Amino acid sequence: MVTIKDLNTRTQPNWCPGCGNYSILTALKMAVADLGLDPKNVCLTSGIGCGSKLPHWINTYGIHTIHGRGLPVATGIHLANNKLKVVSIGGDGDGYGIGLSHFVHSCRRNLDMAYFVQNNQIYGLTKGQTSPTSDKGFKTVSTPFGAIEWPIFPLSLAIEQGATFVARGFAGEIKHLTELMKQAIQHPGFAYIDILQPCVTFNKKNTYDWFKKRVYKLEETGHDPTDKSEALKKADEWNAYYDDNIPIGLFYKKDHEHYLERYEYIKDKPLVEHDISNVDITKIMEDFV
Amino acid sequence: MEQNLNWLIGGEAGYGIMNAGLAFAKTLSRGGLYVFSTTEYPSLIRGGHNTVAVRASTKELNSHEKMLDILVALNHETYELHKDEVSRTGIIIYDSSKDELKAKNVVNIPLLNLAEQASNKIMRNTVALGASVALIGYDLNLLNGVLESIFSRKGNEVVEANKVAAKLGYDFAGSNHEPILKLEKQKAPKRMVLNCNDAISLGALKAGLKVFAAYPMTPGSSILHFMAKYERDMKILVKHTEDELASINTLVGAGFAGARAMTSTSGGGVALMSEGIGLAGMTETPCVIVNAQRGGPSTGLPTRQEQSDLLFMIRLGQGEFPRIVMAPGDVEEAFYETINVFNLADKYQVPAIILTDKYNYASSKSVEFFDTKNVKVERGKLLTKEEALKETDYKRYKFTKDGVSPRSIPGNPNTIFRATGNEHSEYGDITEDPVNRVNITEKRLRKLQGILKDIKNPVKLHGPENAKLTVVGWGSTKGPILEAIEGLDVNFLQVLYPWPFPKEEVEKVLKNSKNVLLVEGNATAQLGQLIKEQTGIEIQEQLLKFNGHQFYPHEIRTKIKEVL
Repeated sequence: MVTIKDLNTRTQPNWCPGCGNYSILTALKMAVADLGLDPKNVCLTSGIGCGSKLPHWINTYGIHTIHGRGLPVATGIHLANNKLKVVSIGGDGDGYGIGLSHFVHSCRRNLDMAYFVQNNQIYGLTKGQTSPTSDKGFKTVSTPFGAIEWPIFPLSLAIEQGATFVARGFAGEIKHLTELMKQAIQHPGFAYIDILQPCVTFNKKNTYDWFKKRVYKLEETGHDPTDKSEALKKADEWNAYYDDNIPIGLFYKKDHEHYLERYEYIKDKPLVEHDISNVDITKIMEDFV
Repeated sequence: MEQNLNWLIGGEAGYGIMNAGLAFAKTLSRGGLYVFSTTEYPSLIRGGHNTVAVRASTKELNSHEKMLDILVALNHETYELHKDEVSRTGIIIYDSSKDELKAKNVVNIPLLNLAEQASNKIMRNTVALGASVALIGYDLNLLNGVLESIFSRKGNEVVEANKVAAKLGYDFAGSNHEPILKLEKQKAPKRMVLNCNDAISLGALKAGLKVFAAYPMTPGSSILHFMAKYERDMKILVKHTEDELASINTLVGAGFAGARAMTSTSGGGVALMSEGIGLAGMTETPCVIVNAQRGGPSTGLPTRQEQSDLLFMIRLGQGEFPRIVMAPGDVEEAFYETINVFNLADKYQVPAIILTDKYNYASSKSVEFFDTKNVKVERGKLLTKEEALKETDYKRYKFTKDGVSPRSIPGNPNTIFRATGNEHSEYGDITEDPVNRVNITEKRLRKLQGILKDIKNPVKLHGPENAKLTVVGWGSTKGPILEAIEGLDVNFLQVLYPWPFPKEEVEKVLKNSKNVLLVEGNATAQLGQLIKEQTGIEIQEQLLKFNGHQFYPHEIRTKIKEVL
């Protein structure tokens, strides 16, 4: 059995002290250990940003890619080897800004993988610019007079676009987050968690205290995650006008065919295990006569 | 006795010009003749002027040519645009359903009326094919056989209706005009009629392609269609992704996980992919990118010919990383070298670019079945599970003499590692250590030397070893150049793998040449620039064409005579 210690790597995280990413990393390690996954059969991908360095600090296979492209790289890995547990991770700039289209298309594709977004409502690694989830009016070095546009509301977007597992976690609730991650990794389809991750260095508004006053757990309210309209209502509880209550937990879940389900020839043997030493193309050549 | 035919069909998009051209080429090929067909079309769905030219001969053909024996004008515009290309002995099949043309070389046939008589006016192209077969004294059964293959999926009724349409055209032409020649069937092995995109696709499948991800962009899209069509039969996965960024990064993922992966696009798509190709370079992940060039820059000439991405492919991406560029000049190279490119990409763990173009895509040639017996799939230092088990301190980017490190994949035991687009250590961990930076950069670039040695024919010298003149070119100009130099004291240096640049091979030939002529389909002599940069040799005589169309052999021949 793999333990959390086994999942440590030879290097140490270099996030700021107090960064929400430490808790997210811990939760992910706990999820992998609790589920009893074999680290060699787990593959992480990430984009670019503070949080996207995470794969370097958990001892599974991983690829830390380029900005916004963690999901398509994850898609390629999943197509090539559908036996692996693939988890893609990245920040709000990565997933809701530069990589937004991959997020939307991955939802509707319902790929059998998990996608975790470390949402700190700011760009950390590039030193504090406004992000797609920053509030309207948010002042940073890139919007010194306040952000003019509305933020993205990613949960409603994911539910509308066909994601079959939509949740929100909070870096200040590690156990709760771990349980969500475990469910997401086991969910046969595209399982997405938006994770509230306070940036202690650049985001002075959305702090741990700010969140702690507002978050509540959906599981404690009798929310039915199979009810799409209820899920959308809950997703809209924190919107451009109101941020008094922020639900965390599983918003929405449905059973639906995942992308590779109908491909019979990879059910027992993923593509990487197919013999390619002597592929027969004669039949196709006949078609060209 | 040598026999030749040059036939062109033209009309509006939507008239079934492409299908008719392919059917005619296959009809001629099934009778044992060599064929070469070329299509021209604007970037439109309906309307606009489309043509397919089909040449047939008792000898092998490599190019299109201008002067026509038969022009099939499905509309009046085709007649006006192409009547001057008809040779003195040639004829024009004209759709006289509305009005007859009185010119001496015109054969008036009411194509539309006959098609309606057969069942549907949409079959006017089939009527024209029947008429064409009659006017070259060929076997109608061969056309019928092709119609069966093409339409069998649509049901027997469609097949029979087309046969009726062909017969009506055949009989009408036969009873109103003498055949202009009698094309004889030849004894020949079974041949395919296919273009370079088809050949690249076949090569990729033979090489063991497993993941294909692409976004449509002319003239690269037909590879996506090919792969999608054969996806289930060949047990591969094909994804039409949301954009080119997704395509290339899906390739990186698939390659990282150990599957052979390819995409196809055109220059604009590769521009979008640049960052992802750099990621493949940095993480040393093999993948294959097909760039079917068209007229640029920007949207440029979406359906027209140009060879203007050569330097872009060689320089592509920020930073310095090794890549392979292969530019096939014909269908055979497209097939065999694609397999080689997959092997090289795996052996050297680099991205590889197949640089083809619109002319290569739009030109179909008759060739015998590819020899697949001697094809080898070589994966280089890819660790099997058993080999991985023996690893105790696995370094994915281990410094080695040839720059190539043993490569493991997710799922293998004892070799867990993280790859990254950041600069990294031998283990794959991020580091900005200056010494490591130099060592690992050199390790990556060292692979170029191995690749250079590994490529058997980076250049090809066609024709006599010593000649009065050497023509230098690359890619799809090969066919027109070969036809142009036929019978002359001229040879042709074809640069098949422009990168890594085969300096020694190019120098050897050029230092020996008395006169050199550069032929390229671009405005700035890109191969000429590269040769000068790499060898110091400046080629003074240049024939450059960038009007959106491929060279005709006679244009090259005229220039050769001017130089000599």
